[in-house]
Amino acid sequence: MNIYIRPEYEVVRDENRCIACRVCERQCANEVHRFDPETGRMIAESDKCVNCHRCVCLCPTHALKIVKSDDTYKTNANWDNQTINEVYKQANSGGVLLSSMGNPKPYPVFWDKMLINASQVTNPPIDPLREPMETQLWLGRRSAAIERDEKGRLKNTLAPQLKLNVPILFSAMSYGSISYNAHESLARAAEELGTYYNTGEGGLHKDFYKYGKNTIVQVASGRFGVFEGYLESAAAIEIKMGQGAKPGIGGHLPGAKISADVSETRMIPQGVDAISPAPHHDIYSIEDLRQLVYSLKEATAYKKPVIVKIAAVHNIAAIASGIARSGADVIAIDGYRGGTGAAPTRIRDNVGIPIELALAEVDQRLRDEGIRDDVSILVGGSIRSSADVVKAIALGADACYIGTAALLALGCHLCRTCHAGRCNWGIATQRPDLVKRLNPDIGYKRLVNLVTAWNHEIQEMMGGMGINSIEALRGNRLMLRGLGLNEAELRILGIKYAGESM
Amino acid sequence: MKRIYVNEKWCLGCHLCEYECAFANSGLDDIVKALKGKPVYPRVTVEDCGEVHFAVNCRHCSDAVCVRSCISGALSKGDDGVVRIDREKCVGCLTCVLVCPYGAVMPAPDGHAAMKCQLCTDNGFGEPNCVKHCPNNAIVFEERAEVRA
Amino acid sequence: MLLREGQFRNPSGCAVTGVIDRSGKGMTGEGMIEAISVMHDRSNGLGGGYAGYGIYPHYKDFYAFHLFYETRAAKEQTEAFIARHFEIVYSSEIQTRRIPTVTDEPEIFRYFLAPLPRKLANSHLDEREYVARCVIRVNSEIDGAYVFSSGKNMGIFKGVGFPEDIGRFYRLEEYEGYAWTCHGRYPTNTPGWWGGAHPFGLLDFSVVHNGEISSYDANRRYIEMFGYRCTLQTDTEVITYIIDYLVRKRGLTLSETAHVIAASFWTTIGQKDAAAREQETLLRRMFPSLLVTGPFSIILGYEGGLMALGDRLKLRSTVCAERGDIAYIASEESAIRRIAPDLDRVWSPAGGEPVVFELYGKEGRAQ
Repeated sequence: MNIYIRPEYEVVRDENRCIACRVCERQCANEVHRFDPETGRMIAESDKCVNCHRCVCLCPTHALKIVKSDDTYKTNANWDNQTINEVYKQANSGGVLLSSMGNPKPYPVFWDKMLINASQVTNPPIDPLREPMETQLWLGRRSAAIERDEKGRLKNTLAPQLKLNVPILFSAMSYGSISYNAHESLARAAEELGTYYNTGEGGLHKDFYKYGKNTIVQVASGRFGVFEGYLESAAAIEIKMGQGAKPGIGGHLPGAKISADVSETRMIPQGVDAISPAPHHDIYSIEDLRQLVYSLKEATAYKKPVIVKIAAVHNIAAIASGIARSGADVIAIDGYRGGTGAAPTRIRDNVGIPIELALAEVDQRLRDEGIRDDVSILVGGSIRSSADVVKAIALGADACYIGTAALLALGCHLCRTCHAGRCNWGIATQRPDLVKRLNPDIGYKRLVNLVTAWNHEIQEMMGGMGINSIEALRGNRLMLRGLGLNEAELRILGIKYAGESM
Repeated sequence: MKRIYVNEKWCLGCHLCEYECAFANSGLDDIVKALKGKPVYPRVTVEDCGEVHFAVNCRHCSDAVCVRSCISGALSKGDDGVVRIDREKCVGCLTCVLVCPYGAVMPAPDGHAAMKCQLCTDNGFGEPNCVKHCPNNAIVFEERAEVRA
Repeated sequence: MLLREGQFRNPSGCAVTGVIDRSGKGMTGEGMIEAISVMHDRSNGLGGGYAGYGIYPHYKDFYAFHLFYETRAAKEQTEAFIARHFEIVYSSEIQTRRIPTVTDEPEIFRYFLAPLPRKLANSHLDEREYVARCVIRVNSEIDGAYVFSSGKNMGIFKGVGFPEDIGRFYRLEEYEGYAWTCHGRYPTNTPGWWGGAHPFGLLDFSVVHNGEISSYDANRRYIEMFGYRCTLQTDTEVITYIIDYLVRKRGLTLSETAHVIAASFWTTIGQKDAAAREQETLLRRMFPSLLVTGPFSIILGYEGGLMALGDRLKLRSTVCAERGDIAYIASEESAIRRIAPDLDRVWSPAGGEPVVFELYGKEGRAQ
């Protein structure tokens, strides 16, 4: 027991409203709430609370709230409560601090410093309720030779591409880190939306092969669950080189989350930590990547696009250029705000760069080198709204991966405790009693709703700009203006300051 | 007819339905006022056994034993298929409580009559309140093939 | 200080018109001047210009460069550059007429050129690519010099002023060609630079355009991957480069090019017959970044023909008409009626539907 650390959040119960129905007690996997038969009242132990809001949401009388504790150490702008607590925690345990979900630190959010254009007078806005407004696109290599058949018609010389009805895909989240029901929700939503979900590095559960045409399967350094049938089942294959939340290290799935089913899907023993190597041990250089790309293409008869996913790091543009020349069809870039089921806190909070800057650099570099058409660019790592999607595409992305937003749609309240495996919302857990809390009938519908809503908003914003195809927005940086950005940021983003003319 | 069905696969055993039922049938418009500090008499009960949970309420059987066994004619099946109990006619013999194979009829709090789920047609809610508040769609109100009982 | 064309993006409204005698008979530029004058209110005196085809029959095998010079130094530097890359067959100042409303004109020169054979061979480039690169180099590297016309047996004449005044300034009644296009400009800024007027041309392609495209930066950043430099930052310039890239460099037909620039909506493509569906889908999948959105109506001039093309929502008007061998295209029917009151046929093409008028006997575009 660590006597030093006081809980950061407190459970506050309105005794005038609590009817002691004990729903909170039954719903808390962290065992915060307890009924005291002597007094007939509920008791809460705040130090167990992770602030996931399950009890708050389910309390029928709205008697609960979680508040940030006003218990504080002597105020210190340098040594804030959390920093001090982390020192206590490590002094207590001797271990690396673990965290989940994306970097929560108050770094600048460049999405919020870019503004979108609209048409006035010289050019009409287009009304998406009355005119076609295309958000359909194809992902993959576009450069291809012009060849004609004997009748003079163009031959299809294109490499395989992925067709998307919306410029949004669900990013890689492995079975193991998230639950069966979360995966089912994502798969069914991707199918209904005409887009894709991504298995992450945990293999593909046998029940989900039927969603193959909407599935991107991942091959990561741990090679969990990778075999011929897995590759063949998918619409595309993603090589995971890195992840925005933890650039430079591999995935980590705590043994507690490796159930029988997860063990079978991953092809690893039950209950033992699954720790992916930091590098792929067959890729120590760019030419090695090319070999893996082509091995995967050979294995699947050149019928599927290959995506290479990397974390946004300092030398991102040069790395992306190398990937574009490695035979990959799509580059996925994950920003430093990207989520995770478990990452060392220090890495999550201090390694990598913002996706906005990484994207702008990569898109420009690939154009400077004349190879932008050789690859599509997917970005993720905290795409929070349809406006972020529009800005990302205007900067040069082909489409966006959403992970955290998708989990929020499923009920996640960003308590950032996925690594504990006791997710009260049935998402980041393998405990059957908790997994069943996420009914995929509800979950998939909420995902469909979210993406449909975003797509409507994207269409509204496109229409305002007078653009009726998402493809005419891609890389259209004149549609963006910066606000509160310095010269270097404007230069890297390749945009003008608000108020500057066209 | 539309009935309430429970899918055990999604029932979490949170017991919210019981409280929402008791509130719906309390005649009060505030859940705290209705339930705070009072014994709760729901018409739906969640059966728990280890990891299995199941909310049980009246099936509104096509040929309902409770209706057939009622000695005072208080229980009847309406044209809409809903099995209802007339409190004025009920003499409180509780035969129906004994014969219901599901345990879905229970003594009313006053002890002078029986009570059962009437799909919230007898209160101001109009639609089953347990269904509306089930957080996991475990309790649904829908049309399915006839149930024999 | 006001920025000049190329230092900022300058959207503008406009009037366009074009005429072609498909039998190849010559017409003077007078008809175009007459036609565009009807649409006076669609211009605001800040730009007008013409492209004439078949106007240099005696020099038809040579690239006709028209240049604006702002300084003597620019002229010397450019002529030295030209001499290093071309044989100069003939050069002279372009004859103009004083018009009170046309002022501040630069020096305007014309050169008939043939690439130096050794230089061309050493460049390992196709002749047209060689010439195009020379044009792009002069325009992007020599301050105060601007090549505004570079095709064979065709010429562009443009400047700051109302188009009818510009036509008289250049004495277009003295030129005879089988096809003409004309442009009156309504820019929303006042740069007053002659190079910024339209038509815009590269080799024998000339484009006049009315509209303001919303896809501009997507198109520009894409096309610049292939060696083009959008120095003027105008829609017309980028559209010209797109057409040059697709037709000359990639070998697409004009109709295929139209299906890239003004692609049908996916839903429309889905309703077409299998062959068309397959071809148009393929074009959209190969060249999505060359889709042009927002309002535009263009007339493309090229050796032997004219093509009219409007955006897929038809946000800008285009009228086509025929009378015997002669075909007309204009922003407004009134402009056509002014010079040809009796017409065999008048119609408004659908959005995204290309209308091509070519000399008889010409099958598709000569490469």
